[in-house]
Amino acid sequence: MTQSLVQSILDGRVIAEGSRRLLAELPSERLAWMLQKMCEIRYFEEKAEELYTRGLVHGTMHLSIGQEASSVGSIAALEPEDLIIHHHRGHGHTIAKGADITLMMAEFLGKEAGYCRGRGGSMHIADLPGGNLGATGVVGSGIPTSVGIALALKLRRSTQVLLSFFGDGAANLGEFHEALNMASIWQLPVVFICENNQYGMSGPVQKMASAHPLSIRAVAYDMPGQTVDGNDVLAVYQVVQAAVGRARAGEGPSLIENLTYRWRGHSKSDRNVYRTQEEIEAWKKRCPILHFKQVLAQAGVMGDEQLAAIDGQARATIDRAAEEALTFAEPSPANLEAEVYAP
Amino acid sequence: MSGNGRGEISYLESVREALTQEMRRDPEVFMLGEDIGVYGGAFGVTKGMLDEFGPERVRDTPISEAAIAGAATGAALMGMRPVMEIMFMDFVTISMNQLVNQAAKIRFMFGGKASIPMVVRTPAGSGTGAAAQHCQSLEAWFVHVPGIKVVAPATAYDVKGLLVAAIRDNNPVLFMEHKLLYRSKGAVPEELYTLPLGQAEVRREGRDVTVLAYSIMVPRALEAAGQLAAEGIEVEVVDLRSLKPLDKETIVRSVSKTGRALITHESPQTGGFGGELAAVIAESEAFDYLDAPIRRLGGRDIPIPYNRGLERATVPQVEDIAAAARQLAREGN
Repeated sequence: MTQSLVQSILDGRVIAEGSRRLLAELPSERLAWMLQKMCEIRYFEEKAEELYTRGLVHGTMHLSIGQEASSVGSIAALEPEDLIIHHHRGHGHTIAKGADITLMMAEFLGKEAGYCRGRGGSMHIADLPGGNLGATGVVGSGIPTSVGIALALKLRRSTQVLLSFFGDGAANLGEFHEALNMASIWQLPVVFICENNQYGMSGPVQKMASAHPLSIRAVAYDMPGQTVDGNDVLAVYQVVQAAVGRARAGEGPSLIENLTYRWRGHSKSDRNVYRTQEEIEAWKKRCPILHFKQVLAQAGVMGDEQLAAIDGQARATIDRAAEEALTFAEPSPANLEAEVYAP
Repeated sequence: MSGNGRGEISYLESVREALTQEMRRDPEVFMLGEDIGVYGGAFGVTKGMLDEFGPERVRDTPISEAAIAGAATGAALMGMRPVMEIMFMDFVTISMNQLVNQAAKIRFMFGGKASIPMVVRTPAGSGTGAAAQHCQSLEAWFVHVPGIKVVAPATAYDVKGLLVAAIRDNNPVLFMEHKLLYRSKGAVPEELYTLPLGQAEVRREGRDVTVLAYSIMVPRALEAAGQLAAEGIEVEVVDLRSLKPLDKETIVRSVSKTGRALITHESPQTGGFGGELAAVIAESEAFDYLDAPIRRLGGRDIPIPYNRGLERATVPQVEDIAAAARQLAREGN
């Protein structure tokens, strides 16, 4: 079933029901914001790659080029005070949640001014005041933690909701099962978002998971489950918004599977030997940003000029952020032991 | 320390009193774990607490140690003060990813901008005939992870003050409760009090040999010291109480005084915390005062066996400590 859905996405045959309605309903500023964030993510990732290639980055990175609609469409369904927890391929979520891109870039470059003062790097960017409770590097390990975050929300009678992002690879961990079961029996205000980008490093989801689509596992936890075209920002928005509404109303968690694709390798060590160039090219034709621009233009929401302006501004934002971050100071190795424990 | 006129209470009751009083005081404190509600916990520690605090704050969980640890970590990240119970310390192995990679690391890897104030309470140790998968003492694993504190109280008085301190601490604290200590009794003040984490206590003063001990080894070392006193050997017993942070000063002072150090713990000797203690002594000025090599008396390097005799022979007993201290006292003279 997933395979046919994937094929439909590639063929451009999936048209989100309600997308037209959304285009009419959502304020144009909101739609412009979505496009802006998607462009910022794309250009952030391209800049990250460039900085890496220029030898300016110490660690590794996990680029989310091609997955911009998944992070932006999901987070667009949140109120500003809502929360996210996410994973190693997390630049997109961080940008969509409203992080300061200069501070992100600074963290990526290991600078003291970065979000984690150069202690975390690309895999662990957190912006706690902004409701981004951090990216985790061990696949799937944010899923159980999200149970506790959502439990705290429930115990405190908060109206906030948590989005918990993870990938198709993480869905095969025991922690996934324990956490979804626990979130369901306690009816916690969390939406589990599986960003199925088709591969856990080199492992194809079709070979590594027994049942497809992954969202049918929701049945086992007595929660709603839905698979959506993760390259269609409005389709993602629509599905996540419904789940967020449920969570906020105290009706418990949901499982959403955003079907998408990462254009780049898993990390810098990836030589793409496990997939074909044709497959990558086919997905590139379904570029989420290009698709959204076409939708906006066809619906008459924005003209070419405005689309180009948003795109250009996003690029300028990223360029400025990188330029500034490169000038920031390195952290000092003195007295790091004093930071390990909270006073 | 005065018991405020009431009789002695058990170590187990002291744990319950600490939990109860802290939960009354601070609404952000809650407990979660397997069978801690109506069942009262596998050892009865939380008996009656469900009635007072209700199922939201005395939260029974499924058998999901990874998710229990995740739930505690996430709630702590939000500023609550969860106290999770792992029914047997052996089962903490299932929680390790959340504890080691999340709870311990979040503060540092987020640049010091978060804290994880949580307690992992867990009954540890052998002596109950529960064999290899229900009797382990895994403290050395946790001491090795920056970001976690490790506490192992030995008395009814200490366990209350240290648990209250652990709950109020802004970091993940692994809190080991020895099953054989649950029934031991002592005078415990009714009012709330804290004991600082990282302060050892000299339980018995002596000039000949220092025994460094924690948890169940403290009463065993004290009994051995009593026996040796009759032979004219004066043993000083240092109860570490907290392994991390560690009170190095008290250790160094005691060993400098006696010139002989016997280190004892229940967990297997190889890779055990005793090696760290030996290094602390060897690297300090106490080294210059040593009259004999530092001696370790840890558990044997085997899984805990079932049979009573085999189990007993696996971990140091009173007579083993006495024999080791006696021998050490004679060395170098």
